[in-house]
Amino acid sequence: MSLLSFNLPIVALLPFAAAPFAAWATRYNRLASAWVAGLTTLLTLAILFPSMQFIFAGETLIQQWSWLPSIGFNLAFRLDGLALLFALLILLIGLLIIFYARYYLSAKDSMGRFYAYMLMFMGSMLGIVLSENLLQLVVFWELTSITSFLLISYWQHRQDARQGARMALAVTGAGGLALLGGVLLLGHIVGSYQLSDVLASGELIKGHDLYLPTLVLILLGVFTKSAQFPFHFWLPHAMAAPTPVSAYLHSATMVKAGIFLLARFFPALSGTPEWMWMVGTAGMITLLLGAYVALFKHDLKGLLAYSTLSHLGLITLLFGFSSELALVAAIFHIINHATFKGSLFMVAGIIDHESGTRDMRKLNGLFKMMPHTAMLAMIAAAAMAGVPLLNGFLSKEMFFEQAISASGTTLAAWTIPVLVTLAAIFSVAYSLRFIHDVFFNGEPIDLPKTPHEPPRFMKIPVDILVVLCLLVGVAPMFLISPILTVAVASSLQTAAPEFSLAIWHGFNLPLMMSFIALVLGVAVYSMRHRLFAWHDRCLHGLEGKAVFDWVLWKIIRLSKKITDAFDQTTLQPAVTWVIGGALMLSIITFFQFNSPLLGDRVLMEADVITFLMSAVLIIASILTVMLHHKRLVSLIAIGVVGLVVALGFVKFSAPDLALTQLSVEVVTIVLLLLALFFLPQHTPQERSYIRFTRDGVISVAAAVSVFFLTMAVLSRDYSPISGFFIDNAKPGGGGTNVVNVILVDFRGFDTLGEIVVLALAGICVFAMLEGLKLAAPAKDVDGLVWSHDPHPPIMQTLTRLLFPLMLMVAVFIFLRGHNLPGGGFIAGLIASVALISQYLANGIDWTNERLRIDMHRVIWIGLLVATLTGVVSMLIGYPFLTTAFTYLTWPVVGKFEVASAIAFDLGVFLVVVGATVMILVELGKLSHASHHVKHEEVN
Amino acid sequence: MEWLIASVIAVMTGCGVYLTLRARTFPVVLGLTMLAYAVNVFLFTMGRLQIGFPAVIDPAAAGYTDPLPQALVLTAIVIAFGMTAFLIVLALKARSELGNDHVDGLHRSDDELKATKHNSAKSDSERSTS
Repeated sequence: MSLLSFNLPIVALLPFAAAPFAAWATRYNRLASAWVAGLTTLLTLAILFPSMQFIFAGETLIQQWSWLPSIGFNLAFRLDGLALLFALLILLIGLLIIFYARYYLSAKDSMGRFYAYMLMFMGSMLGIVLSENLLQLVVFWELTSITSFLLISYWQHRQDARQGARMALAVTGAGGLALLGGVLLLGHIVGSYQLSDVLASGELIKGHDLYLPTLVLILLGVFTKSAQFPFHFWLPHAMAAPTPVSAYLHSATMVKAGIFLLARFFPALSGTPEWMWMVGTAGMITLLLGAYVALFKHDLKGLLAYSTLSHLGLITLLFGFSSELALVAAIFHIINHATFKGSLFMVAGIIDHESGTRDMRKLNGLFKMMPHTAMLAMIAAAAMAGVPLLNGFLSKEMFFEQAISASGTTLAAWTIPVLVTLAAIFSVAYSLRFIHDVFFNGEPIDLPKTPHEPPRFMKIPVDILVVLCLLVGVAPMFLISPILTVAVASSLQTAAPEFSLAIWHGFNLPLMMSFIALVLGVAVYSMRHRLFAWHDRCLHGLEGKAVFDWVLWKIIRLSKKITDAFDQTTLQPAVTWVIGGALMLSIITFFQFNSPLLGDRVLMEADVITFLMSAVLIIASILTVMLHHKRLVSLIAIGVVGLVVALGFVKFSAPDLALTQLSVEVVTIVLLLLALFFLPQHTPQERSYIRFTRDGVISVAAAVSVFFLTMAVLSRDYSPISGFFIDNAKPGGGGTNVVNVILVDFRGFDTLGEIVVLALAGICVFAMLEGLKLAAPAKDVDGLVWSHDPHPPIMQTLTRLLFPLMLMVAVFIFLRGHNLPGGGFIAGLIASVALISQYLANGIDWTNERLRIDMHRVIWIGLLVATLTGVVSMLIGYPFLTTAFTYLTWPVVGKFEVASAIAFDLGVFLVVVGATVMILVELGKLSHASHHVKHEEVN
Repeated sequence: MEWLIASVIAVMTGCGVYLTLRARTFPVVLGLTMLAYAVNVFLFTMGRLQIGFPAVIDPAAAGYTDPLPQALVLTAIVIAFGMTAFLIVLALKARSELGNDHVDGLHRSDDELKATKHNSAKSDSERSTS
């Protein structure tokens, strides 16, 4: 198997795998996590690299593994031109950001956490762009929402960071839900969730009745993620994140995920009037709104945030045009925006880092202090404004050209070109403001720090991106054309159209528009002070956040109302609701059937002994309730109930259950006795007759329903599936005790889950009892002092003599378990009883001195043994936990069966012993400690 | 025979439900233990009642009972023990943190206060142990 048949999932999943290492490495060296993150990114690039040649040859690589074929969920990855372009953007810009963040983060910030989040986010993004299966794509989509939440709220101590992160999560998470709906509809229309199938059925989808809802749902996902109007408001608030995060999320990744989907689904969904109107309108409004508001932001990052909105709107608008050349322009602008916006965010971070503020009203004349950074910023901002010889100019020209040609076909001929020129004017104005306000425009006004050039290496990522802006601007054909061609071709699913990336197209209308935008942009900037005053007067405080907060508040209030109606913060009514509700549901279902209550199965004759034992059980149960105020007495009564149940299992052909019930009964009663020591010995009388009546009615109703339910079942015949187990227990599982074979082989996975639960219960009990201090009562119920001789010698001697015998019984029960009643559970419980009786009779100190076994270790070794048994059968090519067995002839013993199930049963045994003994001994220690306290007090 | 067993399950269920609805932790734990018995026996009887047909393969056996409910119930018994242990320790923890054993962590609920008025001297001496 060559690397090329499975490298794509590795590319997407390696960052996730490396994230814990990044978090862990920071313990040893603050910068180690940066190294881990950087090397992981490089390694991921290296793993992706061998596939690249195929993509440039025009192929599409698909690697897939069947997972849940019944619902169309396959693990499927796809690499084509579009995916490659985005993967490269994610990885290369990610690498630069990782490098930059190493210098940006201060000593107070946790490097490990940052890089772990960063890697997880990178993996989620790669997962989106490399997904062939759409459901899988949605999963990665949600992961970007979650990981971006973690990144935005990285400075958890800041309220704006927490709120911004919450808003981003709420908006993009809701959009993710809509996207899931859209994808499900898409899968329903096409009959497959594979992207290749969906892309090939564009005509089918567009002609389908469900086209409109599908489109709306998918666009909701896209617009929320890419911050398109009216969901744009979360993006500026996400600027509370550290600047490297903003640079990454808002230049190359997070917000581009929505754009990516537009490009991905272009052949399947685009070209209809609905698409053009919805995508085009959202894009146009976002373009204008972002460009306009950006000019009025005094915060450097705020300006960049709104300019990002505007550029995302531009790209969305291009997709809305739905023409092939518009797609070329859109994808080209995605690349350009990633380069210049990435570098501008990093410059903003440098300025913030060096001067301590991002307020452009204070930042002035920084050119003298940081000329290098200023040069970089100027080039990048010029690219953003669309100045010739830079990359932004090229894509903007193409954008203008598309706007003109689109205007001829769809909207009133002049609106689109005028509106986009207007946006371009503001774009020039805010780019100019970014440069002129910060680096020139007089002297700085009381900055917190005196700015100077940042460390040399902090500028290198910016250098690289700015050089790219220049190179692409000067020689686009060489640098961009190959990747752009394959990306466009794979987005269109046909050959890419002819396009020209020349700098000079002659004197034409787009050039004219660029020229107007540049001149008027300078003019708008020069009268900015008057504009600011007007904006502050008229439009101040108009914000999406207020609406969002209002809606959120309303929703929270509504949910509180509903909760309060049910939950009165007391347990008894809540339990009454649960039991009463279950009762109502079952009674209603009961009456929906027309068949007679009892079936026609022949019932058994009752014998005297069973009758008597049932009477004992019923009396004991009722006594438990009647005497529940006297806790010790009711505990004894419930012990009787348990023992009679065990006898019942003996009677009705269930020896395994009888053994289990018997040993559990012993352990349970010891446990409850130990606990009762620390609880009041009496339950106070409740005097609410309403409650008595209510509870009485519910209990009687429950009893009656259960009675009829049981009778209805027992009086009918049934056809069990157990024939299979009985037939295959010996030939397949190698044992004659079918119950045990089911436990360790047929349903071994369930058993594994159950011992995990038991282990968890043991560990939770340990955790809860740790450090618990409870005063033990000085006297017993009748006011007598406790015995001074807690360990009577006769009992000590007896239990010590019995101990080896009990263990031998446990071993015997364990070994024969596969063939005769017994097995790991029962043997474990018997061994536990043996150990516990030592603790009871001889005291904890005495026993611990002789029994130096850590029960934690017993539990985890047990779990390990049980799991490994299953893994071994997987390794030899059988399903998890398949039994292998053979027969050995031992001297003296004779022919003896050795099954791998016995190893699994050993794991069960160890977990049961470990958990049971740990629970009881921890409780015992508690009383031990309280006795010691009392003795000290007496002394 | 079936009538008897159904009655037994019914009584255990009713008693379990009643105890589960009580206001103090210890009766609630007892109630859940009782409910666990009832549920286990109920599940077990889904394989129908059989006498003298254990599910152990033997050429001489005349027939076998249904082993599947038994296997399910076997683990259920052990899990029920784990749950009881967890709950009772939770009750202990609650008592140590809150100083009482009411399920809501209250020192005295309303109806118990009424009871106190009736026979105040006795119940006060009991509670003073806490």
